[in-house]
Amino acid sequence: MTRIFIPKDAQAVALGADRVAREVERVAATTGQTIAITRTGSRGLFWLEPTIEIETAEGRIAYGPVKPGDVEALLEAGMLSGAAHPLRIGRPEEVSYLARQTRLTFARVGIVDPMSAQDYVAHGGYAGLTRALELGGTGIIDEVKASGLRGRGGAGFPTGIKWSTVGLAEADQKYVVCNADEGDSGTFADRMLMEGDPFCLIEGMTIAGVAVGATKGFIYIRSEYPHAFRAMNDAIAAATQAGYLGPSVMGSGHAFTLETRLGAGAYICGEETSLLDSLEGKRGMVRAKPPLPAIKGLFGKPTIVNNVLSLATVPWIMANGAAAYADFGMGRSRGTLPFQLAGNVRRGGLVELAFGTTLREMIEWYGGGTRSGRPLRAVQVGGPLGAYFPDELLDTPLDYEAFAAKNGLLGHGGIVVFDDTVDLAAQARFAFEFCATESCGKCTPCRIGSTRGVETIDRIVAGIEPARNLEIVRDLCEVMTDGSLCAMGGLTPVPVLSALAHFPEDFQRAPTLMAAE
Amino acid sequence: MTYEPWDASIADEVIARHARLDGATMPILHALQETFGYVDRAVVPMIADVLNLSRAEIHGVVTFYHDFRSEPPGRHVVKICRAEACQSVGAVALADHAKRVLGIDWHGTTADGRVTLEPVFCLGLCACGPAALVDDEPVSSFDPAAFDARLAELRA
Repeated sequence: MTRIFIPKDAQAVALGADRVAREVERVAATTGQTIAITRTGSRGLFWLEPTIEIETAEGRIAYGPVKPGDVEALLEAGMLSGAAHPLRIGRPEEVSYLARQTRLTFARVGIVDPMSAQDYVAHGGYAGLTRALELGGTGIIDEVKASGLRGRGGAGFPTGIKWSTVGLAEADQKYVVCNADEGDSGTFADRMLMEGDPFCLIEGMTIAGVAVGATKGFIYIRSEYPHAFRAMNDAIAAATQAGYLGPSVMGSGHAFTLETRLGAGAYICGEETSLLDSLEGKRGMVRAKPPLPAIKGLFGKPTIVNNVLSLATVPWIMANGAAAYADFGMGRSRGTLPFQLAGNVRRGGLVELAFGTTLREMIEWYGGGTRSGRPLRAVQVGGPLGAYFPDELLDTPLDYEAFAAKNGLLGHGGIVVFDDTVDLAAQARFAFEFCATESCGKCTPCRIGSTRGVETIDRIVAGIEPARNLEIVRDLCEVMTDGSLCAMGGLTPVPVLSALAHFPEDFQRAPTLMAAE
Repeated sequence: MTYEPWDASIADEVIARHARLDGATMPILHALQETFGYVDRAVVPMIADVLNLSRAEIHGVVTFYHDFRSEPPGRHVVKICRAEACQSVGAVALADHAKRVLGIDWHGTTADGRVTLEPVFCLGLCACGPAALVDDEPVSSFDPAAFDARLAELRA
């Protein structure tokens, strides 16, 4: 019997992985070849999806991108023994795109069976929790602090400090909440991790629970990710069955249970306080801080709120030690970040690297330039609230502080490439429009400023008093930056001002009209 | 996709099944929409009663979130991504094409009741756009030609 691995990651499925898997089963049955297909996550080399991997004596051998129509020829050519074929990629680990990466958080994604706790353990899973249980609360928190891990959701707040605040708080109930409301365009790392290695997130949350004395956790997953939601639910059921969740985690006496909740299409619920309100069953309105969620969070109790990647990185840190993690990175950005290459790019995918690689290397070496083949004109890093960078800024290292110095932000590590057909005035307008649609409405600068911003950009583009209206846009941006309650209104000016700073010509295309009397 | 026609007694059962969860409002609303395809306004006092909340609070939640429909959808729901990564590879042109071909705007349903068109901001399929979700099946490289081919299947 030959073991075959085919991803069921939503991106691979969107490219036809389900049809390929059915075809492999059908053809193998008619030719009498005995196979067992395991549906895995994706390795994140999306231009090669759907990929088929075959277990052979020399390790796994990959073929891709496979269309259903290729399957018969592949099996005939001897794919099951790793034979030659134009679609043969060889050992996936040796593909340079993957070989040059540092996969810590994503070490198992695309390799393990995401449905099997046993397979997770066979690939090093639960070594982190085992050590965490030996270390105990303060020991775990000290280790997370020493690793230098910062929140991977976008804000980059030191994870260990957040945990220690919750640990020190006195309460009859504490919570661990995972923010899986990955709404930034150009990001899909949370989705891939939940679909490809859900036990890793469960283990990370369990370690967080043990560290601070929380017995209950919630994962808030956006409704746009139905596959991830199902994968997490299945994995939680399996982990509970195997005793990794429940009244006594791994027989330690620590209780920890997990539940999932589904978002409902509100981008603002990625903001932690809005997410907590939504989890409580309310409108996703942003709360004023203080009190911090670490002191008064879910249902008014001390709560850790962390992004998927922050929590999923903790098992690696626990298993391999804080120093090993902190060895990677630059400056105050320690460890690795799973970057996501997206948009108009030839080789889009998941690229986990230590901080410090330049944006140019990412786009040119990994990405292979634009998919359209036209010249690159702009790159937006960090989602809809991130800056648009021109070619001159591509040598900026991917590091929290280096991006802040160029008035940009790294956010959740999404990199969206645009070719020279992009109109930055339209992108600036979209930034305001998106904010107007998604604002929770609690604070005036965000709620009203975004709508005024759309109107004012429309006037500039129409050539109506451009100089005066540009002044108004800048003034609106200042008020939104300084006066908004959260990052939604506070950072919407980032894409707008970067478009104005680096691409002013896009705002000057219309002939100037006189003001209407 | 097929849904139950509106039925208050079924709604009662759905609400009761999720009422004991922490923060039950959202799971209840999702379950109702999964059952009926939309959230009938008649459920507002029903949920309020079971959770001991005011009608205003439940109405506020239903209307805050983009996902909850106030009308039953068509037989097929096509969600097209409108976010930046998909914009960079033609999502705006795709959306214009879809609206023109279907003769409807966002959130509209074709006159024959077959297709509802909804916008979505990011499906996490950002490296192979434009992306869409057709009846919960993810689709990549959804250009106008792919849209037309898919539409022909949905209408078959």
